[in-house]
Amino acid sequence: MTERNVTIKNRAGIHARPAALIVQTSSKFASKIWLEKGADKINAKSIMGIITLGASFGTPIRILAEGSDEEDAALAIERLFESRFEEE
Amino acid sequence: MEEKRFTVLDLLDLDLKEQNALDLRCIGGRKGLPREITVPDLNRPGLALSGFFESFAWQRIQIFGRGENAYLKKVEEEGRTDSFEKLFSYPIPACIFTHNLAPGRDFFRLAEAAGCPILQTDLSSSEFTSRILRVLSDIFAPQTTLHGVLVEVYGIGILVSGDSGVGKSETALELVERGHRLVADDVVEIRCVNGSILMGQGANKVIGHHMEIRGLGIINITHLFGVGAIRDKKQIQLVCTLEEWDPDKVYDRIGTEEKTTEILGVRVPQLLIPVKPGRNIPIIVETAAMNERLKKMGYHSAKEFNQNILRWLESENARAVYFNRDDYL
Repeated sequence: MTERNVTIKNRAGIHARPAALIVQTSSKFASKIWLEKGADKINAKSIMGIITLGASFGTPIRILAEGSDEEDAALAIERLFESRFEEE
Repeated sequence: MEEKRFTVLDLLDLDLKEQNALDLRCIGGRKGLPREITVPDLNRPGLALSGFFESFAWQRIQIFGRGENAYLKKVEEEGRTDSFEKLFSYPIPACIFTHNLAPGRDFFRLAEAAGCPILQTDLSSSEFTSRILRVLSDIFAPQTTLHGVLVEVYGIGILVSGDSGVGKSETALELVERGHRLVADDVVEIRCVNGSILMGQGANKVIGHHMEIRGLGIINITHLFGVGAIRDKKQIQLVCTLEEWDPDKVYDRIGTEEKTTEILGVRVPQLLIPVKPGRNIPIIVETAAMNERLKKMGYHSAKEFNQNILRWLESENARAVYFNRDDYL
């Protein structure tokens, strides 16, 4: 299990487009990937799940990955957060 | 995973309707609204007000009805407010006044100073008590979120689960198209009510009853299919797990063995449905729902079938006694 902590840096938070981007990226990996916000833990391969998190600007999010390519997967997702989902 | 905190503010924010509405509003001690409610119980603080604080259940929400309020007024007139001070020295989550009552000035001042929220409701004490206990027991019920789609098919709440991309949403969409109802797509929040009932609902009201269909994007089920196609919550009575057809795996062919899965300690019947091109999953799920209803009515298709076969074989044996007498001689 690989864990990474990120905060949301783009102003708009995770709306539909960033959510789709996260799903696209995580679907490339075989590992199971989750995003955790407080007590909520959801599957990072599901768009509705990610939007349900309601992650707004500045929210801390934990990325969890488990499987054969867990480290690459967690890193790829972390990069998305760092790059502000290629927005702004 | 950290526990979700339930604060007084959350209690005020609850979106409850009709016979569940609490009609609460905050009339004082606003800065205490982030106080956490930790126990799903209430207390009538009569004894505490009269100065007896042994075993005082300060963790609970304190309910002030007509009696308590009349006593407060009397105490304030007589200027004996030290029991109020003692009361507010405890970190009480909230004081709630029923019958639209409000306490006197001293009580307000002390509550404000201690940061204890004072709430008010139109309801009578007994009605409010029964409503809030119901609400709190729902909130404090064990809870989990599962990945899947919750649909109501012929009155049976079915949780369609399975890995991403196996076709859960597509299955649900066709079920909705066939006149069944969508409860929640993708993220299903499940509460265990009364220790035996699993209630499922969408995790979020704002984006509820939307679905993500690959190739279409996000669609609004309420607008597309009408309010008849949706439901806010539903008891989970059957779990249908979809999975890619695995040629090495043995799938149930008869159905006399009943598999169950455990959610929050409650056993729910589970069907494992292999997905393969040419298999119409929605119709299988629909049939599973009807079969489940039959079982609830006491008729188990697979078992009944087998019993009939056994009876028939036995009668054949019996006939054999007469037809082939030579064998027995």
